[in-house]
Amino acid sequence: MSATSSRTGRSLLLLAPLLLFLVGFFVWPLFSMMSQAVSDPAVLKLLPRSAEVLTGWDRKSPPSMAMQAAMMEDLKAVDDDQALGDMVRRLNSARSGFRTLMGKTTSALADTANPPADLISIDKRWEKPEFWLAIADALSPYTDRNLLAAVDLGRNAAGAIEHLPPDQSVNRVILVRTFWIAALVTFFCAAIGFPYAIIAASLDGWKRDLMLAAVLLPLWTSLLVRTAAWFILLQEKGLINDLLLTLGIVNSPLALIFNRTGVIIAMTHVLLPFMVLPIYSVLITIPKNLMPAAASLGAPPLRAFVRVLLPLSLRGVASGGLLVFISAIGYYITPALIGGPGDQMISSIIAFYATGSANWGMAGALGMVLLVATLLLYSVYARLSSEEPGRR
Amino acid sequence: MKKILKSGVLAAAAVVLSASIVVPAFARDLTVVSWGGNYQDAQRNIYFKPFAEKTGKPVLDEAWDGGIGVIQSKVKAGAPNWDAVQVEAEELALGCADGLYEKIDWDKLGGKDKFLDSAVNDCGVGAIVWSTAIAYDGDKLKEGPASWADFWNVEKFPGKRSLRKGPKYTLEFALLADGVSKDEIYDVLGTEEGVARAFKKLDELKANIVWWESGAQPLQFLASGEVAMASAYNGRITGINRSEGKNFKVVFPGSIYAVDSWVVLKDAENKDAAQDFIAFASLPENQAKLPEFVAYGLPNKEAAAKVPAEFAKDLPTDPANLTDSIPLNVDFWIDNAETLTERFNAWLAQ
Repeated sequence: MSATSSRTGRSLLLLAPLLLFLVGFFVWPLFSMMSQAVSDPAVLKLLPRSAEVLTGWDRKSPPSMAMQAAMMEDLKAVDDDQALGDMVRRLNSARSGFRTLMGKTTSALADTANPPADLISIDKRWEKPEFWLAIADALSPYTDRNLLAAVDLGRNAAGAIEHLPPDQSVNRVILVRTFWIAALVTFFCAAIGFPYAIIAASLDGWKRDLMLAAVLLPLWTSLLVRTAAWFILLQEKGLINDLLLTLGIVNSPLALIFNRTGVIIAMTHVLLPFMVLPIYSVLITIPKNLMPAAASLGAPPLRAFVRVLLPLSLRGVASGGLLVFISAIGYYITPALIGGPGDQMISSIIAFYATGSANWGMAGALGMVLLVATLLLYSVYARLSSEEPGRR
Repeated sequence: MKKILKSGVLAAAAVVLSASIVVPAFARDLTVVSWGGNYQDAQRNIYFKPFAEKTGKPVLDEAWDGGIGVIQSKVKAGAPNWDAVQVEAEELALGCADGLYEKIDWDKLGGKDKFLDSAVNDCGVGAIVWSTAIAYDGDKLKEGPASWADFWNVEKFPGKRSLRKGPKYTLEFALLADGVSKDEIYDVLGTEEGVARAFKKLDELKANIVWWESGAQPLQFLASGEVAMASAYNGRITGINRSEGKNFKVVFPGSIYAVDSWVVLKDAENKDAAQDFIAFASLPENQAKLPEFVAYGLPNKEAAAKVPAEFAKDLPTDPANLTDSIPLNVDFWIDNAETLTERFNAWLAQ
């Protein structure tokens, strides 16, 4: 018994780096992202007294003296600037104006020589129920606000879920666009990568090495460098347009940059290795005599391809497609540098919330939407590939 | 699966950052962060290198493009890897209210009265007074635009335009182009109709706009001829004219000016050295060297007085340039930046 348990212990020890890695870089970040998206403790933590008083409020009449007094008590008790900052950011995100309102209020309350009688005497905005409503709606420790907003939904004053007005609805459009661009890139990668892999697999010696090196070398170059190179090639007075103009093929420069065309070209180039390599690795396992055998049985080349080579290599195409697609939906740099405003993908919106406005709840919620969509696609792929007859 | 994580979840990356609270095994050198491009090249020559020589310790410099979220994630992680950072006015106000910065040691700087009022803050010292203005290539456009109305006029001045991506500045410029007077823009922008009016004006130009995000981009676009005119940071325009012999022009009427400040991140490892660095960069004799390289106004009054007349005429703080310029309304933007950016993104996506 002791021999078995020590062996188990040893194998666990060997697995420890992997487990630690999975927990540290996969489970934990995903978990904290999800909890960021739904947890909302910033306001409740600092305003416990107001929270109690606000439960009795009818959500539309002007603030009572008790509400104002509780709020003043709460604000006077705050001694942590960063926690106060979190609360103000949360409230300002629900209702613009809280930034200056809170700044004014806290500095007026800090002036002990000259204590204000009530909040309204500090700033008239405290009279408005809208501001109190924003506070009242932020008092639950968990919220679905970010998740709803991530798909352009929100709750109205009565608490029912409804569409956000069109001038705030951007995420669905951009999500659809993200998946569409990723699909196009996957398609072009397959259209170029499949023949490329077939040719590479049919060659041998230095020719094969050369073709594989041509795929691998760009993979070892930084993404940013490759994107910047495309910028130089594609711009209006860039190499491609200059060449076309000199050769007289076009009369005026083609619009290749700051639009969808440029984004697709650059992303296809960057992601092509992820398509070629899986297909190639499947193709080299297919016996080379299958195609001559099909031909000897009378199949013309196209028929032999469709009936023999294509079904056998489909697994490589599918996994290459999945790799390319999943990488493509998270693209940020390439659309930002090569694309126009109509080509920005969901990562740019996530980046705005994460770095621009420090609204990590929204960033997490959008990340979750993207994750769920990707997992759904992956399950469709897993379903399809397990039903595929060629797979054993 | 790792791919999914890497690709989609930028937010998670920010959180990972806070997870991997790196306890440095050895002391990190003083790290100063500014806005890149020819501006930071100038700062390196007149501030970073001389300070390193004076103290005998290396100074690292990095570049960023702003964003309070960047600062917040660094400070909340507990051991920020930046010490002194040059921030825009809203980042100063937001971060100071949220406790993300150390308090400035004004004694080291020789007192608050040595600086312009707008450059004095508990958490920051003004580094420059800078403008966002129309820029164009004087060699390509003999008769250039004189106002934002001209910037919008693609018939008289054909070609693409470039603006900083985001609602700040863009909405103000749209209202100016629509005929709102410079004293009223923030009143108009404070109303729902005003915001709608600005977006309507932007609709007219939307198809012709190439958006930029980092301050070096509009210069590249102008140099390559990609755009006919752009909004740009005024100092860089003068800088590139001097360093690369360009003939780019800055249109000061209708420009918006603001103060950028030096801050020290809360609990940064080299916070004392960072305070010393800021004091060094604020000395009149050091600050006065800046306008030769990039034409930004100087918040230290004594430094401003030392600038030779040939350089002073290009500064946003020059009285002639100030006449028709507009100060950025920081309070408006700290209240409205998030909602208006959401709205701006929605408008862009339409």
